[in-house]
Amino acid sequence: MNPAPLVALVGNPNAGKSALFNALTGARQKVGNYPGVTVERHSGRMALPDGRPVELVDLPGAYSLDPSSPDEQVTRDVVTGTQTGERLPDAIVVVVDAANLDNHLRFTLQLVALGLPVVVALNMIDLAERDGLTLDPNVLAQELGVPVLPTVAVRRRGLDALKEALATVLQQGPAHPIRPSDHPVAEDIVTLQRRARALSEKATVSETAVRRWTHRLDAVALHPVFGTLLLLAILFVMFQAVFAWSQAPIDWIQGGMDALGGAVSAALPPGFIRSLLVDGLIAGVGAVVVFLPQILILFAFILTLEASGYMVRAAFLMDRLMASVGLSGRAFIPLLSSFACAVPGIMATRTIDDEKDRLTTILIAPLMTCSARLPVYSIMIGAFIPARDVLPGVGLQGLVLFSLYVAGIIGAFFAALILRKTVTKGASSGFLMEMPKYQWPHPKDLLLGLWQRALIFLKRAGTIIASTTIVLWLLLSFPKPPIGSTVSPVDYSIAGRIGHGIEKVVAPIGFNRDISLALLPAMSAREVAVAAIGTVYAIDNPDQPAGERNLIQNLRTHWTLPTALAFLMWFVFAPQCISTIAITRRETNGWKWPAFMVGYLFALAYIAAGATYWIAVAIGL
Amino acid sequence: MNAPHAVDQRVALSNMPRHQQARVADVHWDTLSPPEARRLRELGLDEGVRIELLHRSAFGRGPIACRIGRMTVALRRHIAGAIDVIPAA
Repeated sequence: MNPAPLVALVGNPNAGKSALFNALTGARQKVGNYPGVTVERHSGRMALPDGRPVELVDLPGAYSLDPSSPDEQVTRDVVTGTQTGERLPDAIVVVVDAANLDNHLRFTLQLVALGLPVVVALNMIDLAERDGLTLDPNVLAQELGVPVLPTVAVRRRGLDALKEALATVLQQGPAHPIRPSDHPVAEDIVTLQRRARALSEKATVSETAVRRWTHRLDAVALHPVFGTLLLLAILFVMFQAVFAWSQAPIDWIQGGMDALGGAVSAALPPGFIRSLLVDGLIAGVGAVVVFLPQILILFAFILTLEASGYMVRAAFLMDRLMASVGLSGRAFIPLLSSFACAVPGIMATRTIDDEKDRLTTILIAPLMTCSARLPVYSIMIGAFIPARDVLPGVGLQGLVLFSLYVAGIIGAFFAALILRKTVTKGASSGFLMEMPKYQWPHPKDLLLGLWQRALIFLKRAGTIIASTTIVLWLLLSFPKPPIGSTVSPVDYSIAGRIGHGIEKVVAPIGFNRDISLALLPAMSAREVAVAAIGTVYAIDNPDQPAGERNLIQNLRTHWTLPTALAFLMWFVFAPQCISTIAITRRETNGWKWPAFMVGYLFALAYIAAGATYWIAVAIGL
Repeated sequence: MNAPHAVDQRVALSNMPRHQQARVADVHWDTLSPPEARRLRELGLDEGVRIELLHRSAFGRGPIACRIGRMTVALRRHIAGAIDVIPAA
């Protein structure tokens, strides 16, 4: 049987391509990677009106077939049939923004010239109408010589007609035999642009000047004073929400984990297996899974800001500040994404054209507080910072969390400033980007994004985190101290002995045995630190039930406040994450920059944690 | 060709008042880096296109937002300084 026809979704950035992809494929999506490059391949299945399946692939947004980034290169190579690991598509769906035809038609003209069967989705037609623009799709279809269908992807409108047209062009096949070609029809960009403008004018039936919503919103969002205040307010609400909204779901998960641990304890006789399951696996994985609600809340904010078009406004507001440390406003988006996770953040630096700019952004991205640090911050704050309001609606715990984020940002700015004067010296690049229209994100698109994040997180919890906690549990459990020994089981174990070695190095900055034991496994993923400390106590006191409440109790009894604060500062700066190091290696093509990053971040972490500890001790905390 | 009075009316985009409609008269492509020039082309900048300055960011030398054709584009001052426009009557 022949494989299902391959259809590629292509279009300019901000044409609503991903929304259309979601609308057409629903949740039946696969996220992979193109071989040799770090560009994600999003594909999914879709059924044509006659029931035939089609494989749909969502290509990265591009402005033309003349690539200026690895993403745009993949798009060019796929539609010309030269991308390894991808066959030449049987048809292309070109997604254009109806309100931005002048521009998007230029790329459309290039794509139509390739000769593959093409359907044009005249997307976001509702927003164009809202802006007082009336278009005639038939004129466009006639001029381009391909079907043009109006769609509103986020509202799921016009999809059936689009599928119908796609079925027809697939049936007809290409106008002439297509051979993969290295060089598509290259018309000079100026000529193409002028043709696109003429075409757009022809297809415009009428245009009434209305005060556009986007302009009204921008009058506030880009205002030098109000815009800046708005950005700060959004960020502040985001971080407060991470704490305030997550309490109830955290309690449910906690309850579920406690019940599971109890059920397993009751069902199994005391011994090796029960201890491994309850103290190792359930305690370890449970300690991490409870943070799922907080991570999802954070991602919900970031995805919403991205989909609504606000993110670029934030970049605009931040450009001046970024320029003062030698970066571009463009760095703001990767850096803000790094608050969720440095890995997608570092991958997002690919939109930065200038090599030095990009490298600097990669090097400071780990200083943005990623969601994996939340479990660590959250448990420490929960244990040592009283839950009271400093102002109505402003909790002290949220405020401390906010300051930890700010500490990372300030550290990043100083690091950038110094890096740009030393190792990444060079002329600063510009800031030049399109500002998309504001748009209400579709709840389904957001949910789909959150679902994918949740899966990734749970997979990590189920694999890396579970195996690290089990290995740690084994190292902590063996060898057992001889009966009658006064040495604690943890101190006697292999891990305990390794921990004592590490402790010699970190004792000057106030770190205790628990921290020394947690630092090594936390390299696999930061949140493992919590699980690791949980496991240490579970083995030291096998009679205590595991769980967050007990962990907090244990921390309060065994740790001093200066030690806790030093530990928090360590996590602001330390490169405690193998994935980040790995992605840095991949994105910078070698070990030189990741090695440099690890070195400077550990040094910074050591100094910051040490300073915090000694100051805290000196002022008598 | 350009009448002398048209040449006199030329203003750098960076010096335009906000919301004053204008058309692009001339772009000093040679003062821009090749990637900048190409990206500007891709964002639709061309001689004769409608252009309007929408926003200046805070603190003096920050970027500006302008409308090029139908698209809103953010760019830094030195790029705006390379774009000469003729204000619409």
